Amino acid sequence: MSSTVERAAAKKRYSIGKSVLDTVDERFGSSKFLTSALDKIFPDHWSFMVGEIAMDSLIVLIITGIYLALFYVPSGTDVVYAPTSGHVYAPLVGQHMSEAYQSVINLSFNVRFGLIMRQAHHWAALIFLAAVTFHMCRIFFSGAFRKPREINWIIGLILWQIVSLEGFTGYSLPDDLLSGTGIRVIYSIIQSIPLVGTWLAYDLWGGRFPGPTFLPRLFVIHEFLFPLLIIGLLTAHLMILWRQKHTDFPGPGKTETNIRGSRVWPQYALKAGGLAMMVAAVSFLLGGLVQINPVWLYGSYNTFTVSAGSQPDWYLGWLDGAVRLWPHWEFRSFGHEIPNPFFPGLLMPGIIFTVMFAWPWIDKRIYNDYKAHNLLDRPRDKPFRTGVGVAAIIYFIDLTLACATDLLANDLHIGFERLIEILQIGVFVGPVVGFFVAYRVCTALQRTNAHPIQRPIGGVIYRTADGAYHTLGEHHPAPAGADGNGHGNGHGPDTRREEEALPTSAGD
Amino acid sequence: MTTSEELTGVERDGHYAGETAGRLPPGRNPRHFGIDPGEPWPDDVPMDQDDTHWRFENDPKAAKRAENRIAVLFVLTLLSSAGLAWDYISNDGQTQVAAACFGVGLAALAVGLILMARDLMPGNEVTASRGHHHVSEDPDRVAVAESLARGIEPFARRAFLLKVLAPVGGAFSLALLFPIASLGPRPHRDLLQTKWGRFTRAVNQDGQPIRPNDLPVDGILTVFPEGYMDDALSPTLLINVGQAPFRIVKGNEGYNIGGIVAFSAICTHAACPAKLYNTQTHQLICPCHQSTFDVLDNAKPVFGPAPRSLPQLPLTVDAEGYIVSQSDYTQPVGPGFWNRG
Ligand code: HEM
Ligand code: FES
Repeated sequence: MSSTVERAAAKKRYSIGKSVLDTVDERFGSSKFLTSALDKIFPDHWSFMVGEIAMDSLIVLIITGIYLALFYVPSGTDVVYAPTSGHVYAPLVGQHMSEAYQSVINLSFNVRFGLIMRQAHHWAALIFLAAVTFHMCRIFFSGAFRKPREINWIIGLILWQIVSLEGFTGYSLPDDLLSGTGIRVIYSIIQSIPLVGTWLAYDLWGGRFPGPTFLPRLFVIHEFLFPLLIIGLLTAHLMILWRQKHTDFPGPGKTETNIRGSRVWPQYALKAGGLAMMVAAVSFLLGGLVQINPVWLYGSYNTFTVSAGSQPDWYLGWLDGAVRLWPHWEFRSFGHEIPNPFFPGLLMPGIIFTVMFAWPWIDKRIYNDYKAHNLLDRPRDKPFRTGVGVAAIIYFIDLTLACATDLLANDLHIGFERLIEILQIGVFVGPVVGFFVAYRVCTALQRTNAHPIQRPIGGVIYRTADGAYHTLGEHHPAPAGADGNGHGNGHGPDTRREEEALPTSAGD
Repeated sequence: MTTSEELTGVERDGHYAGETAGRLPPGRNPRHFGIDPGEPWPDDVPMDQDDTHWRFENDPKAAKRAENRIAVLFVLTLLSSAGLAWDYISNDGQTQVAAACFGVGLAALAVGLILMARDLMPGNEVTASRGHHHVSEDPDRVAVAESLARGIEPFARRAFLLKVLAPVGGAFSLALLFPIASLGPRPHRDLLQTKWGRFTRAVNQDGQPIRPNDLPVDGILTVFPEGYMDDALSPTLLINVGQAPFRIVKGNEGYNIGGIVAFSAICTHAACPAKLYNTQTHQLICPCHQSTFDVLDNAKPVFGPAPRSLPQLPLTVDAEGYIVSQSDYTQPVGPGFWNRG
C-alpha cells in the first residue's frame, strides 16, 4: 500500500536529516566519524549489560545528587532543631544537632519529594557499587583484562576504589551517629600510618575529629573532587573501550579478528536508553518504598554516644571486617609504634590491590600467553584463574560477614567471640577450599562440553603409562598412543584450548 | 516494497527509499556495513549480511499490535506525570505515591523503548572486521619514534642540564608540600594530652558536676572535663564497681574514690566510645569491633583487636565534694600513632 505521499514524506525526512548533518559537517567535517559511530557494532551478551547498569546508576546519582546538594548545609555548627515550615519530627524537638544533620532532616521531612530524592540517591549508590563490583568480576572471569585491555583494567580498579570512597564520603555527610562513627574509625586508620599518619590525619581533617573544618571539606570531596575523578576516568574508560571494540564470547563464526552484534543506531541506542530508564525506575521505586539510612532515628553525631550495630554500607564491609578480625597486635620499638589498625586497614588492602593491579601481567606469566585477545574465555576453560577469582570472592565474603559479627551473633545465638574465631579461621581456609572446588568444577564442566551454542572446548586429559594425568596441548605434546587427537571432539583445530598452558594434573 | 513499514531504512540495493541515485560511497556495500572497505574480509564469515530486516516486517497486523502496545506504555508514562503533579499539589508530595509515579513512568518508558527496538526497528546481528587489532603499520611506528627522538636527543646530550634537573625537581616538589602543610595544624603534643588537669571537675552530659553518691554500685556514667564537652579525647567513664575486687596496678594507687574508678572512654583500637558495660562480668565492650576490657583488671583488653588497656584517670574529691581529676591521664589515650612512645 505504499503511496506516493508516503514516499514523498520519507524523502522529505531524509533531506531534512541530511541538511542538518551537512550543516554539522561544514563545521566539523564529521560525516565519516558519525557514520562509523552510528554503524558501530556492539556484541550482545547479558553480562555486558552490567557495565552499562553501572553507568546508568551513575547518571541517576549525579542528577539526584545535584538536587540534594542544593539543600545540604556543610556545617558542623551546633544548633537546636528548627524545622523549616511544614512537618515537625517530634522526637528531635529541643535537641542539639549540627547544621548539616538538621539540613538533612529538613530535606527528608519538609521538602516535597525531598525524601524520595535522598533515598533514591542512596539506593542508586548501592546499585552502582553492586554493578561495578559485578562488572569487575565479569571482566576477571572472562579474561577481558588481557592484552590489549590491561589499561582499562587498571582504570577500572582505580574507579572501583574511588567509587567506594565516594560512597563512604556520601554516607558520612549527614553527620549522624552511624556515619560519624565510621569517620572516627577511618581517622584512626589514617593516624596509624607509620611516620606521617598523625600529620596526614591532621591535614586531611584540619585537626582532630570532630572539628569545624571537616564537614565543609567532606562536602567538597564528595561533591567535587571524587565526581570529577570518576567522570574523567570513566570518559577514558569508555573511549578506550570504543577504540578497542568490545570483546565477545566465542561462538559460531566469531574469530579474533571480527566482531558480531547489532549496530549502535538504532538497536543498541534504544535498548541502552531503555536500560537506563529501567535503572532509574528501580532506584526511584526503592527510594520511595524501601526506607534506607533513616538518620532521624540515629541522632546527631557526638563523641560519646555509639550504639551497637554500627556497620558501613556493604561495599566497605570487607575493610571493617578485616579491622575486626585482625588480632590485638601492634608493634613498638625505639619509641615508635605501628598501631594495630594499620595492618588490616591499610597494609592488607594495599597488598590485595597490588595483586589486583598486577593481575593482567601475572595472568600472562601463568598462562605464558602474551598475545592480544578479542575472544573471551569461558571461566571453565581457565580453571586456575577461575579458582583464584572464587578464592578472592570467598575472602571478601568472609571479611564482609565479619563486619556484622555483632548482628550475626545475635541471630545465630552464638557468642560473638566464637563467631569471630570461626571467621578468622575461615578467612584462611575458605579461599583455599573455594579454589580447589572451583578448579574441580571447571575441569568437570570442560569434559561435559555442556554449552549448547559453542564449539566444544574441552581439555583432553590423557593418562601416561605410569599413571600420571596430563592435559593435551602444545606445551605437553601427546606421546604416541595417548587418547584423543589433540583437537577436542574432532571439531578441527581449536587454538583456544591450547592456551591453557598450566600443567593441569587435574587430579582425577 | 508494498508496506509503509518498509520505508524505515536502507533498502537492500543500497539506495535510500525514494532516492534514485546511490548515496553510499564506492565500495560501501550495505551487505557488509561497518567494515572498512579496505579491510580484508575475514574468511570464515558469510558475506550475505543484511541488517535492514526487522521483526514484523512481513506481518503488518503484528506490527500494528506492537505499535499499539508501545503506545499504551507511553500513555502510562503520561498518566504517571499527571499522578506526580497531583501528588505534589494536593497530596503533600507523599513519598510512596511519588515512588509509584516515578517508577511506573520510567519503567513504562523503558519497556516501550526496548519493545520498539525489538519489534519495529531494523537491526539483526551483523559481523564486521576488527581491523588489525587497531595496531599500526611498522612504517607508522618508525615515524612516531623518530618524531619523539627529535626532542629527546638534543636534550639527552646536555648531561649537565640533566644533572641539575634532578635536584631542582626534587626541591620544587618538596616546596609544593608547604601549601599542603597549611591544611591542618601541627599535632605537636595534641594527641598526648587531654583536657583533664589538676582538679578538673568531671561533669555529665548536661554540664552538672558529680558527687560520689550520685553513682550507685554498678552504675556507669560518661563524664567530661568541665568546659570541654566536645573534646575528642577527653570523654571518660566513671564506673562504680562497689565491693568487687579491683586490681590496683603499681603506680595507680590512690586513683579511686571507694569503688568508683575512671577510665578513658576512647577505645585504644580505633577511638569509638567503649562504653557498653556488662555489670555481671564487669566488662566494657566497644560496639565498633567488640574489643572487650576487664574493668576489674585495670581495663585490660581480654578480647578483640584493641591492643592496650584503657588508661585510668586519677580521681579525688574537691572541697565541695565533687569528683575531680588529680591530673591528666598519665599516658596518651585512644588509638595508637607513630610518636606515641
Ligand atoms: C565507575 C565504574 C565503571 C563503569 C561505569 C564502567 C563501565 C563500563 C562499560 C559500560 C563497559 C562496556 C560494557 C561492559 O563490558 O560491561 C566497560 C568495559 C570494561 N570495563 Fe568497566 N566500568 C567501571 C569500572 C570497571 C572496573 C572496576 C573494572 C575492572 C577492574 C573495569 C574494567 C573494564 C574492562 C577491562 C572493560 C572492557 C571489557 C570488554 O571489552 O570486554 N571497569 N566498563
Ligand atoms: S574501636 Fe573499639 S574495638 Fe575498634
